[in-house]
Amino acid sequence: MLGAIVKRLGQMLFVMFGISVLVFLIFFATPGADPAARIAGRNASPETLAAVRKDFGFDRPLPVQYALMMNRLFVTQDLTSFVNRGWKVVPAVIDVAPVTLSLVTGAAILWVIGGVAIGLLAAATRGSILDRTLMMLGLIGVSMPVYWLGEVMNLITQSRMHDSWLFAWVPQLGYKPLTSDPSGWFLTLVIPWITLATLYMGLYGRVLRANLVEAGQEDYIRTARAKGLSETRILVRHALRTSLITIVTLFGLDFGALVGGAALLTEVVFGLQGIGKLTYDALRSLDLPVIMATVMYASFFVVVANALVDLLYVVLDPRIRKA
Amino acid sequence: MLQVRGLKVSFRSEHGLVRAVDDVSFDVGEREILGVVGESGSGKTISLLSVMGLINDPNAVIEGSIVYNGRELLGLPQRELRHVRGKEIAMIFQDPMTALTPVYTIGWQIAEQVLTHNDVSKQAARARAVELLTAVGIPNPDVSVDRYPHQLSGGMRQRAVIAMALSCNPSLLIADEPTTALDVTVQAQILELIQKLRRDFGSAVVLITHDMGVVAEVADRVQVMYAGRIVERGAKRDIFKGPRHPYTWGLLDSIPPLDGPRPHRLKSIAGMPPSLLALPKGCAFGPRCRYRFEKCGEQPRLAGSGGHDSACFLSPETRAAAWSGRLLDSKAVS
Repeated sequence: MLGAIVKRLGQMLFVMFGISVLVFLIFFATPGADPAARIAGRNASPETLAAVRKDFGFDRPLPVQYALMMNRLFVTQDLTSFVNRGWKVVPAVIDVAPVTLSLVTGAAILWVIGGVAIGLLAAATRGSILDRTLMMLGLIGVSMPVYWLGEVMNLITQSRMHDSWLFAWVPQLGYKPLTSDPSGWFLTLVIPWITLATLYMGLYGRVLRANLVEAGQEDYIRTARAKGLSETRILVRHALRTSLITIVTLFGLDFGALVGGAALLTEVVFGLQGIGKLTYDALRSLDLPVIMATVMYASFFVVVANALVDLLYVVLDPRIRKA
Repeated sequence: MLQVRGLKVSFRSEHGLVRAVDDVSFDVGEREILGVVGESGSGKTISLLSVMGLINDPNAVIEGSIVYNGRELLGLPQRELRHVRGKEIAMIFQDPMTALTPVYTIGWQIAEQVLTHNDVSKQAARARAVELLTAVGIPNPDVSVDRYPHQLSGGMRQRAVIAMALSCNPSLLIADEPTTALDVTVQAQILELIQKLRRDFGSAVVLITHDMGVVAEVADRVQVMYAGRIVERGAKRDIFKGPRHPYTWGLLDSIPPLDGPRPHRLKSIAGMPPSLLALPKGCAFGPRCRYRFEKCGEQPRLAGSGGHDSACFLSPETRAAAWSGRLLDSKAVS
């Protein structure tokens, strides 16, 4: 068991190393992506360019540049931005990470509970009006772009109906830290949570229903029925239990990606300074140290989420245990 | 104990109503082993699944009457049927590889059924599981009880499935081709186990199979089905010594003989079973029958005496001649 964990950790490190090299090469070594030219600005004289090059260390060999950057990113943690000189990127990432984590974790709880509930209800009442209504709502949820839904939510809760009893509690946009203002943290995030969760709730509900219906054709479900179990028990203990693997796989991928910055649109719409926003701004100004830091942070979560999923597989499916 | 009368099962399909079981009536007595024989699609599984109330296809139409210990099962609400299912009538299925939920131990799955129908503690249910696994001959039952289905061989899984079916001492066990997916040596063990059940637990058994050899081994009475109807039924001895229906002859011919010279080829029944969508008029076996005559354009009724019935228009004389002639035929072939 310990050996397996160590092996897994090694794999994670290797994947992160690969990602860092790839990102570094894309921004430093692709033709036309000269960071010195970006930093020096348009119409910079060759002298300025050379000065910038020397200043930022772009005149040294690529592997050295890479090693220096990794050293300052992970060991000394004093890597500074190319654009805002003196702005340390590691603290910057650490500062915004709680915003994204709060947003995505809350939404994830919502969408998993909601998605599983929708899937179970629809599968249990298969063919009924409830089933069709839920599946239609799910489809609508999947089809609504998050920036549009977010803006509509804002329009309703911040402006049009803000003074009604229904939405009077909704605070101003922005993020309140959990540690200093727990109730403010919760209230500001409720609407973003719902917005972000809507898409995934619909998606998970539909996927789970399809899986449950498919599981219903399995021989072991017929056995369970022949045993005289109740339909609810058959659905939850037998069909759902074997369908969970799909949901866990999806969840690992989605959660990792969102924590890594894919919640950008939600962050922007609700004025949350999260990791997505930070990455986006860094990309616009080609601020390589920040890009590097956010990418490493994102890859860390994707890799960790996948490792957790693999671990959950082992818990969920005894057939994998011995393999 | 079980009386099935005029059972008809049809499925609505885009090509119209498909009648899978047509006017089937039979009884199962206490401690009796009834063999139900027929090809795939002959309605043998469907008719027994409807006894269990396990046909939950919304397009299925089930008519007739199924009386179990004086109680009508057809039309019984699912909630009440659940108390019969698994407790009084248990069923085991063809493929033990897929019949168990892969993510739970076999002990858990047996205990689940015990707990569903009996008011006992979890420990008691587990103890019962170990006891049952011992009874069906699983080695090291204390250890095996915590094994997952994928850790057991096919034969062991089928034993576990049988143990589960027996967990509430059902008075009727329906076994749907319990040996088809197993090795021949394991088949013999499972058949022995089924006979032991009757001895030790006093259960009646309905054994669905397409293998006449299996029937010859364990059944008391045999019922041959073809295209959704019973074509012949009677005591095992009568069926094997003096079969009356040409289809039964065909089935018996398909068993390799134990003595005498080895036939070059086993005899097979010419043609294919008819599609249930386009059943021939009259006797459904007619188009494949060597002894067909004008009368076979009508639907033959199941009739006979001494508990040996068949649905065939052949006169006793013609039949006797044909049956002994068939023996001469096969001699000539070999």
